[in-house]
Amino acid sequence: MKDNIIKDLNKAFDHRIRLGIMSILAVNDHIDFSALKDLLNVTDGNLASHISALEKLSYIFVRKQFIGKKPNTSYQITMEGKSAFSDHLSALEKLIHNK
Amino acid sequence: MSDESSPIETLSEIRDLMARSSRFLSLSGLSGVSAGIFALVGAAIAWYILHGAPLYITRENIFMLMLDAIGVLILSLTFGFYFTWRSSRRKGLPIWDSISRRMLANLFIPLITGGLFCLILIYRHAAELVAPATLIFYGLALLNASKYTVEDIRYLGILEIALGLMSCLMTNYNLIFWATGFGLLHIVYGTFIYYKYE
Repeated sequence: MKDNIIKDLNKAFDHRIRLGIMSILAVNDHIDFSALKDLLNVTDGNLASHISALEKLSYIFVRKQFIGKKPNTSYQITMEGKSAFSDHLSALEKLIHNK
Repeated sequence: MSDESSPIETLSEIRDLMARSSRFLSLSGLSGVSAGIFALVGAAIAWYILHGAPLYITRENIFMLMLDAIGVLILSLTFGFYFTWRSSRRKGLPIWDSISRRMLANLFIPLITGGLFCLILIYRHAAELVAPATLIFYGLALLNASKYTVEDIRYLGILEIALGLMSCLMTNYNLIFWATGFGLLHIVYGTFIYYKYE
């Protein structure tokens, strides 16, 4: 029983920073790199590598736009990302209830 | 959220990140309490200016009442900002970021609309509705901003709107409604929020 639930946990969200990115994007329309960095308290390189991993899975996508003349990169969750994240949350909840 | 941390810890960390990334959580209850005290003092001064008559703005009293209102506004904002700034420092959260900006924009758009609407009411000789209108628009502003800060102020907003609407119908008592909405409710709510979050 428990093994089945663990199978439902998404491997992509094994890492706390990747799960953190998804948590933040689930409740924000979009968020820029520096805000994400401050919230998660990580270095640029570390954050960038986790972002690109999630991007490869098409759980999030990058929005590039200009604010005035300054380029601004922000991130947004995809439909796929949303459902993967909510499946992961339900699996976590089940794990708690089955203890 | 590696293998070592329990699912309960993981979920609470997720919930914390969701709240911190989308809501301004430094809002201090003391900001509400101080605003409430200034409002009560302001209402007492208004009562003195009006000699106990209902709160109608006339050519004779407009200057004194405006002065009183502006004094209450400036003191409330100054002390409100100070207590919230202090609370954000204590919690180690930023005071000026995309979240606080979003909250302030959502608060001030209905608030400034209300301010302009009150000036129009005076201009249109419907000054008895100014005090109720401040309650209604303030309530709408709180309702709007509550999506981006502590959720509890949503109910404060609804109460302010209800008081404002009742005050419209009972304009003889509008100073009492005003003192209840801006004074009493702020003190009660501020105390509640203070003990809940600090």
